[in-house]
Amino acid sequence: MTDEPLHPRLLAAGPHVGTGAWRTATVVEVVHPSPRAVILRLRVPDRIDHLPGQHYAVRLTAEDGYVAQRSYSVASAPADPLLELWVERLVDGEVSGFLAEVVEPGDELVIRGPIGGWFVWDGMTPAVAVGGGSGAVPLLAMLRHAQAVGATDRLRLAVAARTLDDLPFPDEFAAAGAVVALSRTDYEGRPAGHLTAAEVAPLLRPDATGFVCGSTPFAEFATQLLVDGGLPAAALRVERFGPSG
Amino acid sequence: MATRGFVGRRRTERDPRLPPGQYDTGTDWPVLTAEATPRIAPENWSFTLNGLVATPTTWTWDEVHALPASRYDGDIHCVTTWSLLGTSFEGVSLDTLLDIAGPSPQATHILARAKTGYTTNLPLEHVTGGKAWLVWTHEGRPLPVDHGGPVRLLVPHLYFWKSAKWVTSITLLDHEEQGFWERNGYHDLGDPWREQRYTGD
Repeated sequence: MTDEPLHPRLLAAGPHVGTGAWRTATVVEVVHPSPRAVILRLRVPDRIDHLPGQHYAVRLTAEDGYVAQRSYSVASAPADPLLELWVERLVDGEVSGFLAEVVEPGDELVIRGPIGGWFVWDGMTPAVAVGGGSGAVPLLAMLRHAQAVGATDRLRLAVAARTLDDLPFPDEFAAAGAVVALSRTDYEGRPAGHLTAAEVAPLLRPDATGFVCGSTPFAEFATQLLVDGGLPAAALRVERFGPSG
Repeated sequence: MATRGFVGRRRTERDPRLPPGQYDTGTDWPVLTAEATPRIAPENWSFTLNGLVATPTTWTWDEVHALPASRYDGDIHCVTTWSLLGTSFEGVSLDTLLDIAGPSPQATHILARAKTGYTTNLPLEHVTGGKAWLVWTHEGRPLPVDHGGPVRLLVPHLYFWKSAKWVTSITLLDHEEQGFWERNGYHDLGDPWREQRYTGD
């Protein structure tokens, strides 16, 4: 039990991934898809192409030098000339509130990325991805990338949220045939309720890498669904956020 | 450059315990993990110090608990910008374990390894002299499994990805070998006070 061999998939992580320096992006478009979110489309000078699943840091600076910094998953495919971020508007959110209420086209934002070399999918290998709430955003980048490179047969998706307003890009996920599970409301004939093992089972294939993204409780729940469904724990990549307990 | 229209929250004096770019998470302790959470029964857990040591040594749960207890009171800092201030952990100082195994003079770095296969690298000088622990309690309670229980590494003066959860071994090396996040774009050391977040910072 003492000298466990490294899981090959963990060893394979990498290659060495560079993160760009802080740079000033220009806001090209601001969309409010629901009261709970804002979509920012940014032109990034000297952009380093991201891999679907990576995120960017956004740094805001007040006149007196006060700084607030948060990270947001990229929603756009690498092929998109603009960088798209979906930002969940948190209650009393210092940064998300500003991005949702104040930012408008033409503004400049200081950003840094792409960040993260683990929760990424390059479109080449089979993948099953499960996202909860804002955890669906990196999955959208995967979906858009799959569509851009003709790899939609390699990617199977399930997304979950309380209501449709809590789910990023519900129409794009639904149109792509993703499982869409809403826990509080009926949706397209599906009764309200959590994602089930029966819904996840048809997505699984033994050679797939599993991607799970969402809040800590959701990530635990979805991880268990995938492992119970037969996906090896070592084939799972998990990205989670938020406080525990 | 100031961000147009951004004033930020009305703020009181910044807590001097907060490194730059960090916020006080209050009493919440966020969970961040790249892998599925492993379930490890204490009776099946053990920890090994090997590599460039005089006496490669493995301790069981009971054996490591029989060593002199050591406590950390202070702060922890995550690269995702939260800091948990004024918290406490109990376990055993890594100094105690290293004294038993006897590091070779040429040892300069360590590679810590977790049950999941997660790895992280550290200079030896950053885990000696009262700077690192193996811990199994937090705030007087058993370390929760999602925070690395039953036993994790604790290196509180560096970003918390260095404090490997579910730690099962540390290998002493005469060179640096990058670990999991270090190969994935994060800094080789990770000093919060110097904001060493990503490669090249």
